[in-house]
Amino acid sequence: MSRDATPPPAAPRLSMRMRRALWVWGFLALPVLFYGVIRFYPTLDAFRLSFTDWNLMSAPKYIGLENYRRMLAEPEFWQVFRNTFAYLVLGTPISLLLSFTVAYFLDRIRFGHTLMRALYFLPYITTASAMAWVWRWFYQPAPTGVINAVLGDLGLAQMDFLRSTTWALPSIMVTAIWAGLGFQVIIFMAGLRSIPTTYYEAARIDGVGEWAILRRITLPLLKPTTVFLVVFSSIGFLRIFDQVYNMTTNDPGGPLGSTKPLVLKIYQTAFSSYEMGYAAAQTVVLFTILLLVSLGQLWALRKR
Amino acid sequence: MATADTPAPRLRFARIRPGRIITWTLLMIGGLLMITPLLFMFSTSLKPASQIYDLRLIPASPTLANYAEVLSDGRFLRWFLNSSFVAITVTAANCFFDSLVGYTLAKFRFRGRQVVFIAILSTLMIPTEMLVIPWYLMSAQFGWLDSYWGIMFPGMMTAFGTFLMKQFFETVPDDFLEAARIDGLNEFTIWWRIAMPLVTPALSALAIFTFLGNWTAFFWPLIVTTSKELYTLPVGLTSFAVEQAIQWEKIMTGAALATLPTLALFLALQRFIVRGVMLAGLKD
Repeated sequence: MSRDATPPPAAPRLSMRMRRALWVWGFLALPVLFYGVIRFYPTLDAFRLSFTDWNLMSAPKYIGLENYRRMLAEPEFWQVFRNTFAYLVLGTPISLLLSFTVAYFLDRIRFGHTLMRALYFLPYITTASAMAWVWRWFYQPAPTGVINAVLGDLGLAQMDFLRSTTWALPSIMVTAIWAGLGFQVIIFMAGLRSIPTTYYEAARIDGVGEWAILRRITLPLLKPTTVFLVVFSSIGFLRIFDQVYNMTTNDPGGPLGSTKPLVLKIYQTAFSSYEMGYAAAQTVVLFTILLLVSLGQLWALRKR
Repeated sequence: MATADTPAPRLRFARIRPGRIITWTLLMIGGLLMITPLLFMFSTSLKPASQIYDLRLIPASPTLANYAEVLSDGRFLRWFLNSSFVAITVTAANCFFDSLVGYTLAKFRFRGRQVVFIAILSTLMIPTEMLVIPWYLMSAQFGWLDSYWGIMFPGMMTAFGTFLMKQFFETVPDDFLEAARIDGLNEFTIWWRIAMPLVTPALSALAIFTFLGNWTAFFWPLIVTTSKELYTLPVGLTSFAVEQAIQWEKIMTGAALATLPTLALFLALQRFIVRGVMLAGLKD
């Protein structure tokens, strides 16, 4: 301040701007370095590695598209691909339908609202790996597992859950839906609150029924929220790992690979078989899928 | 219209009342179902091994023996401290750097601003899973494997936090900052002392999100740590549970220990957390 006062009037302006630029890049220096080294370089590195054969022992060998060709030819990859999409295709609609229903009715409740909201939200802040073990216990056969014990008491047939190639994936998916539901409920409620009440009042004055209000006013105005949650939830299911890993530790992704998602396959390829190049190629596939989902979000919102 | 309109609300009111009660009851049942896994987890952790087939929610003879045994060798305490250290450090780093970058992008006009912003934002598209292999190789090269820094370095700054903070700093009036400049404060002090206190709601949302995310993080800590002393709570719990095989009361105790800190945090800060989630979730 005191130094600025002495030089001729033109000089401080320039030096002001200079000094501000120095501040700006001083602030940004470390972050720019961080994003360069910890985000962009590794991204390029993943692409580069996907064209190599590398087991960490010898030098990486460039093999072109061989990893991708191998992936397409490997039956397990297709199984993993199907599993991953099964989580997505079942999980996203079910969880969104549930969370919207809860949010829609919870929004109208005054008595015990905070408590009720807390009940639905609590699972969201639990540790996935810990709760996976609780659910795993729930799914155990009769004397141990809670669900089968209840089924037994009711005189119903026992379920195999995690031991069945058919039911293991839905069982794990339920755990993931349960864990994510609270977040979606909260976001839907925020979305519902942001709709101006005048719309509803106008509709009621015109004698529009509740169902028509829901279809013609609430749902269309809630579209940005819904699109966000569809994408957020889809990305979550496409990246599912914690629950599957913890619920199938004795045969990761089992039984017979029936629950194995893409991320678990990547984990095993990279850190059990140490096939870094092949694993990198799988991450490129995951990246591409997630990118398409995100672009789908932009498209869905722009169309409006 | 007008004639049909007057009785309608009263009629609807009368019709809705019992509906409301049914709705309330159904929602309550759903809510209780949601916390059933938590209730069973705590209940079983308080039961002796001989009673775990007794599926009553209230233990017949509650005991803290499982907790005493699980905590006795100090592993859980160690993992708890590891997780705390990692989550708090990463949260502090995010609050500092994401705010600083968000502020710079929101409040300064300079060449390259748009490029920096788009570059940072574009990293949102890159999934962690794609980066873990290069991070692992990088860590191996620099000797970061199996170290606290190794667990923490990938999350020290996030595009999500930067974007969130930028949006909130944009609402801070420039006049405030100009006035501070005229008073002769330097740019760092202006950010730290003038701008930061004006965005505390966003800052606390960011802090809660970052803390929860790092407390429950599993994938990267599982990859980067190999020695049990460095495990975070989620990774430690997995190794513990595998080792216990079918001693479910011990596993439930471990799971309860991993879950208790965030539950306590939630009960203490419920309003804050829910508002934070709304704030952060509705960023677009």
